Amino acid sequence: MPPAPKAVAKDYVPVFFPKRQGGAGASGGAEEARTSIVVVGHVDHGKSTLIGRLLADTGSLPEGKLEAAEKASREEGMPLEYAFLLDALLEEQAQNITIDTTRIGFRYEGQSFEIIDAPGHREFIKNMVTGAAAAEEAVLLIDAKEGCKEQTRRHGLLLSLLGVSQVIVAVNKMDLVAWDEARFRELEKEIREYLGGLRIIPREVIPISAREGATVMRRDSKNLGWWKGPTLLDALVASRAKKPSGDEGPLRFSVQDVYRFDERRVVAGKLESGTIQVGDPVVFFPDRKTSRVKTIEAWGEDQATTKVGAGRCVAVTLEEQIFVERGHVGSLPEHPPVESREVRARIFWLDAEPLRLQAPVTLRLGTQSVETRLVAIDRVVDADKLEAVKEAREEVGRFEVAEVRLRCRRPLVYDAHDQVAATGRFALQRGSRIGGGGIIIFAEYSLSLAKAVKGEHLTWTEGRVTSEARAAHFGHEGAIIWLTGLSGSGKSTIAVALESLLFRRGIGSMILDGDNLRHGLCADLGFSLEDRAENIRRAGEVAKLMAESGLVVISSLISPLRKEREAVRASSHSAGLSFAEVYIDAPIEACEKRDPRGLYQKARKGEIRGFTGIDSPYEKPENPDLILHTDKESVEDSVAKLLGHVLGLVQLKEKDQESAGGLGGQI
Amino acid sequence: MSYLQHLEDQSIYILREAFANFKNMAMPWSMGKDSNTLIWLAKKAFAGKIPFPLLHIDTTYEFPEMLSFREWARKHYELDLIVVINEEARKREVGYETHDPVTVTHELKSAALQQALAKYKWDALVTGIRRDEDSTRAKERYFSPRTADNEWEYRDQPPEFWGQFTTAVGPGEHVRVQPLLDWTELDVWEYVRREGIPIPKMYFAQNGRRYRSLGCWPITKSIESSVDTIEGIVAELKTTKTSERAGRAQDHHERNAMQKLRAKGFM
Repeated sequence: MPPAPKAVAKDYVPVFFPKRQGGAGASGGAEEARTSIVVVGHVDHGKSTLIGRLLADTGSLPEGKLEAAEKASREEGMPLEYAFLLDALLEEQAQNITIDTTRIGFRYEGQSFEIIDAPGHREFIKNMVTGAAAAEEAVLLIDAKEGCKEQTRRHGLLLSLLGVSQVIVAVNKMDLVAWDEARFRELEKEIREYLGGLRIIPREVIPISAREGATVMRRDSKNLGWWKGPTLLDALVASRAKKPSGDEGPLRFSVQDVYRFDERRVVAGKLESGTIQVGDPVVFFPDRKTSRVKTIEAWGEDQATTKVGAGRCVAVTLEEQIFVERGHVGSLPEHPPVESREVRARIFWLDAEPLRLQAPVTLRLGTQSVETRLVAIDRVVDADKLEAVKEAREEVGRFEVAEVRLRCRRPLVYDAHDQVAATGRFALQRGSRIGGGGIIIFAEYSLSLAKAVKGEHLTWTEGRVTSEARAAHFGHEGAIIWLTGLSGSGKSTIAVALESLLFRRGIGSMILDGDNLRHGLCADLGFSLEDRAENIRRAGEVAKLMAESGLVVISSLISPLRKEREAVRASSHSAGLSFAEVYIDAPIEACEKRDPRGLYQKARKGEIRGFTGIDSPYEKPENPDLILHTDKESVEDSVAKLLGHVLGLVQLKEKDQESAGGLGGQI
Repeated sequence: MSYLQHLEDQSIYILREAFANFKNMAMPWSMGKDSNTLIWLAKKAFAGKIPFPLLHIDTTYEFPEMLSFREWARKHYELDLIVVINEEARKREVGYETHDPVTVTHELKSAALQQALAKYKWDALVTGIRRDEDSTRAKERYFSPRTADNEWEYRDQPPEFWGQFTTAVGPGEHVRVQPLLDWTELDVWEYVRREGIPIPKMYFAQNGRRYRSLGCWPITKSIESSVDTIEGIVAELKTTKTSERAGRAQDHHERNAMQKLRAKGFM
């Protein structure tokens, strides 16, 4: 026990004030950047040994660690075990298995690396995900003797799923196969083929022995004289990815919170992608309110901050007092994200309890948190064989990877993963535990046409009757059948016939006629291109509401412009509704000859201006779901064809009827 | 972006996520360089105002210089500071004079924290621990749940990826929020230098000795050093191979002492 310290003098100044070196944005000392590497592979293929070797060879171990490992090895009656450097916990040493993700740094040739050790044991794969999700590069280890094992393949698959595409393969334990080149080449071929199937092209495939220290840092000319490629460390230095900053991507500002601690109202969040500047008009989704950025609040900075880039956490104040809250996503008007209740994704599941169809889970993307359900499992991939499981599946089991469709209880703001990675991936949480995650593989970008929501303090109210319950109750699903074609092409005739046929079959249906709409909802609109666009938008919104209520809506509008029809299609899909674009194809000559209302005649005389096909354009659908040639086939034939298509869309499959279980079955 | 900038942003993200998700959080504060870095980061995260209380667990073996620093910081940062002492253990005369360091650390720190948790019912505690401090800490998560008995179930930790953390707790449980997990000792010093963060003078040499890590005075040893600038500390660290907590006696009392302490709630 040392003597008690003396009391301090009254005038003692306890604080040291370091000279400030520049604050945010200043260079951070010698290290400008650091590369995170994850080491993955099958259990016992030598991950911890390799990491221990990397640290020992590069002289990166704190004093005493090597000695402690030697002592621990001796106590276990073994030669120096490099793995003991990392496997700090007692039970790990007893079981010889790495339990959790370990991070440790080393330097080589003036570069800084951080290793994330990820366990290969099947039980602990969730820790591997935790490690690999943070990595920029991966070293995939394969035991030269054992070859590719289940975990080798599974980890390869998870790497591709987590978006780690910079991969170096190290074929370890070459000493155990007598440093045989033929064995190495055989394994190289096998792993390259496997990874190629995952769209991963390994930067290098290198023969090493971590235990012997061959081709990790030093070359082993005696045993691996035939190897002319780089050592593992050289490969890491060379492949250190030039990290794209993300600044050039579209702005995605995930709102974490809004603080009102003083007179300021500060919107705090993270720039997932893109840059933000004072004066930028930022649209906040899902409300689509816009405000300019007034200030960027940077506490402790000497100078005003006017612009920040991707990856930064910022706090801004806004010019306009619009309603913004946690979970909103800021974007610039020209590159909006997708806003939809439907998500198509490739997911991985980690929890022991499988993820079942229709079971509620929480989808967490950025700062958004939305209740969602798995509504379809399109494909389950066997991670071992990299083959789709053949039989239809009702659930995604532990450690499985699947392509699925999810339906959210309210709109989710997102991107496709290959467009904006940070807003294209999510975690799935059941109860209070994160059970899996996924990346979004498809996104329908259409919001540039969507209207900004003007009202203040709007929230999305969700009923308790799900679309499945409604479908089970009515015996069919709602849908939008969008007939498009020239005036006189036969839209109304077909719509009327279809409506009766559906109704007779007990299917609730309703025609939405362009002219009829103009008598009420659209009475204020004329025939300018803007008014026509607004007409289509309103018709689309009404059709959505009716289809959501469970009806089959037959819309009969000329809807001449492709982008407007596409906007309705995207918006319907976002709402989780089936949408069929049906092109009523008749040449203008035929239509003009029919001229049931004498409109062509008036247009030719110049009494009507802006008539589609005469002095206003009609854009044919590029990929309609169905084409009806009303000039060549009878009305009956056309309608029969259409009926078949519609029934295929809205009739319930037997399975759905059972699982939906009547009204409120999913409440 | 520099690596230090990346660390700063990540820490700020974590602090804000914690504040948005928990109802009643607090930040234990030891006054060391890591703790002061945390205050700095919290100031940045919340645009100048730290919206939760700080907690100092006073072991009654604090260096007088550090208590003096505490009072300075309370005023300077306008902290809502709670100070707790395990009075019950002190009444039983638990102390370094009579007990081994592991027992004293447990009683005067972990048990004191436990008492404070019971009293204030915090659902999240922000800690300044770093992975590089000790190999058991290398296994930690950014958001690390603790059971109602304040225990760490390191065998069955939730996965953590893409900025999604465990934010739900059961009754009596809490989550350790660890914004500095990825930082190294060197990172902290380089950040202190970059930002000009005020820190206790005891880190700098007086009469040829300085403290590298600050704990209870009976078990904290100074190291031989003439360093009296941050630049000097950074330079010294880049060449040293002695671990940071080498001067802390409780870590070395027996093999796996740290793991035992941590499983029982030590930070």
